[in-house]
Amino acid sequence: MSGHVHKDYTGAKFGMWLFLFTEVLLFGGLFILYSVYLARYPKEFITAGKELNVWFGGGNTLVLLTSSLFVAVSITALRRGAKRLCLGLLGATIACAAIFMINKYFEWSAKIHHGIYPGSAHMKELQPGEMVFFNIYYLTTGLHGIHVVIGALVLLWSMILINTDRINADDFVILENAGLYWHLVDLIWIFIFPLYYLILH
Amino acid sequence: MSDVTATATNNRGFFDEGNYPGIFGWLLTTDHKRIGLLYFWCIVTFFCVGAILGLLIRLELFAPGETIMGAQTYNAAFTLHGVIMIFLFIIPGIPAAFGNLIMPIQIGARDVVFPKLNLFSWYLYVIGALMAVTSLFTGGGPPDTGWTFYVPFSAQTSTNVSLAAMAVFVLGFSSILTGLNFVTTIHRLRAEGMTWMRIPLFTWSLYATAWIQVLATPVIGITVALLFAERVIGTGLFDPTQGGDPIMFQHLFWIYSHPAVYIMVLPGMGVVSDIVPVFARKPAFGYKAIVVSSIAIAFAGSLVWAHHMYTSGMSDMAVLVFSFLTFIVAIPSAIKVFNWLATMYEGSVLLDPPLLFALSFILLFTIGGLTGLVLGAAATDVHVHDTYFVVGHFHFVMFGGTGMAFFAAMHYWLPKIYGRMYDKKIATVAWGLIFVGFCITYISMKIAGMQGMPRRYYDYVPEFTGINQISTIGSWILAIGLVIMFVNIFRGLFKGDPIGDNPWGGASLEWQIPSPPPHSNFGEEDPVVTHGPYDFKKAGVL
Repeated sequence: MSGHVHKDYTGAKFGMWLFLFTEVLLFGGLFILYSVYLARYPKEFITAGKELNVWFGGGNTLVLLTSSLFVAVSITALRRGAKRLCLGLLGATIACAAIFMINKYFEWSAKIHHGIYPGSAHMKELQPGEMVFFNIYYLTTGLHGIHVVIGALVLLWSMILINTDRINADDFVILENAGLYWHLVDLIWIFIFPLYYLILH
Repeated sequence: MSDVTATATNNRGFFDEGNYPGIFGWLLTTDHKRIGLLYFWCIVTFFCVGAILGLLIRLELFAPGETIMGAQTYNAAFTLHGVIMIFLFIIPGIPAAFGNLIMPIQIGARDVVFPKLNLFSWYLYVIGALMAVTSLFTGGGPPDTGWTFYVPFSAQTSTNVSLAAMAVFVLGFSSILTGLNFVTTIHRLRAEGMTWMRIPLFTWSLYATAWIQVLATPVIGITVALLFAERVIGTGLFDPTQGGDPIMFQHLFWIYSHPAVYIMVLPGMGVVSDIVPVFARKPAFGYKAIVVSSIAIAFAGSLVWAHHMYTSGMSDMAVLVFSFLTFIVAIPSAIKVFNWLATMYEGSVLLDPPLLFALSFILLFTIGGLTGLVLGAAATDVHVHDTYFVVGHFHFVMFGGTGMAFFAAMHYWLPKIYGRMYDKKIATVAWGLIFVGFCITYISMKIAGMQGMPRRYYDYVPEFTGINQISTIGSWILAIGLVIMFVNIFRGLFKGDPIGDNPWGGASLEWQIPSPPPHSNFGEEDPVVTHGPYDFKKAGVL
């Protein structure tokens, strides 16, 4: 093989940060659309925004913030050699991801039960601005939900690697990068929550 | 750095050093040179498919009315021609093929920083390409929207736009990962002594390109994903009946796709910047200016997207601002052209095939760029918008620019990779045919456009018959030239005479190692760089 005997941790993190930046830009497209349509339909956005339940959103914010804490602590735990504690904390993070998705499931179900979903008969009776709001709400939170699932799978994969000692106290850059990805998932939610659940109330 | 010398005359370098036997040595390789060749052969294949479609389009336009295909087939043909040429040939062409083959060697590295990710990018490219091809034969038939997928038509047409849009998403992901890999590689893996101001200009252009790939591509990702969602689950963010705005699609599309124009052309400029000094036997004039202009193009190019949309109904103020910004991009491009000319001035110019293609890049790209200003000025754009003038313009910059640079790179670097030389006389004849055929084909399009012939119709009024026939005949000359060029170079690569390490007398690192290069590029010891990439005296080749 080529001369890559040493591992380039700075390079690995550099690459990860670049990747996270592309994720920000991916969501950036949706945030641009949100701002343009908010400027065009301020009243309709407020009307429609009141349909969202701030308790669902707030609860999920707490869950995600807590999960980010678990990830951060798990890395410290691994560095100090506490492998079991690290695995436990990562398990707790994935549990938080599950709680988030279950919460999201109930939130979406309630909306869909009220006939608010893309292409529904009820949606067609709404004002155009309200339709845009619900469409972009479903798309943004849906895309974010996909990222929560991906993030949880990445953490699960890290757990397998930790269990087989391929990630260990001396070589943990994969876990750090997985943690960075999870923080990004958290960060994007930190923008989604106020834009959809708070400022329109 | 010259501690590495050719070992044996029948050295086959990395071709003999796979990690696995046979085909798996290629399909599971992490060697940047093998991945580069995997890309190269895919890209050349798709270029040939795209070129055949282009010839069929020209044949249809040989006479008014239906000549060889009907309206729907014609729409599918030009959509497919655009999608294949843009997403499968021009965007990955130079960065993925020659960037992988040459860039790590140029900075003195043994591979890219993430070799497995590099292979993954190639698989994404192949998957995306297969999805694009599959979309032709499944669902409602081949997409007929043009490569720009404009809504509302793309959201409504019954053809298989959904799969094609997701193909673009996957191809974009591949492009992002390649860009990310290259930026990190250039930051982290430069050899000792390879300072930023000693990086060859080709690698510099790839660096600027890679940033655009990372920063712009996610936006088209979300755009085509939203188009997909609008078609599949009915979230009409661009649908006026649901309060959406189709113009927002155009904005998001061009926020990527205009910078993508520089993903296409910047590596071509890098190829020319590397070739011109070698064949003029002179150091590159204005090295730093060329470096800065690459970065400037990457930056300014991301501010001009809406010049594709002057007639879309956006505000006059926006038209003025974007028109002004568009003119700014011309400045760094012109800086490069003047530097290339100054490099050749008073040099002892060798008219070998790589330089001939590079020179045609300079001429054709300049013409293409200047006609771009006609389109960039809002007033004249209204006259020629959506005419054949636009088609002529972008074929001058894309084919006359990037295409020629791709051919130049083939003639310059492939002998290095394969260790064998093609027939230079035949290559020169092929170049002549391509150049003449090119000019006849696309200058005719510009004239037809000025006279008012619209693009994207399979039919036209009889007044345009003459100019269209000239263009079609030009396309035949062009095609003959291409066939001769490909046959000659590929025969040369497998059966030609073996070459030494440095057939052209280059001074950058790739010419200091054996041809073909060994698996890990350099010998036991890592290279140490002591001079710039165009310092022919210190490299001992002048």
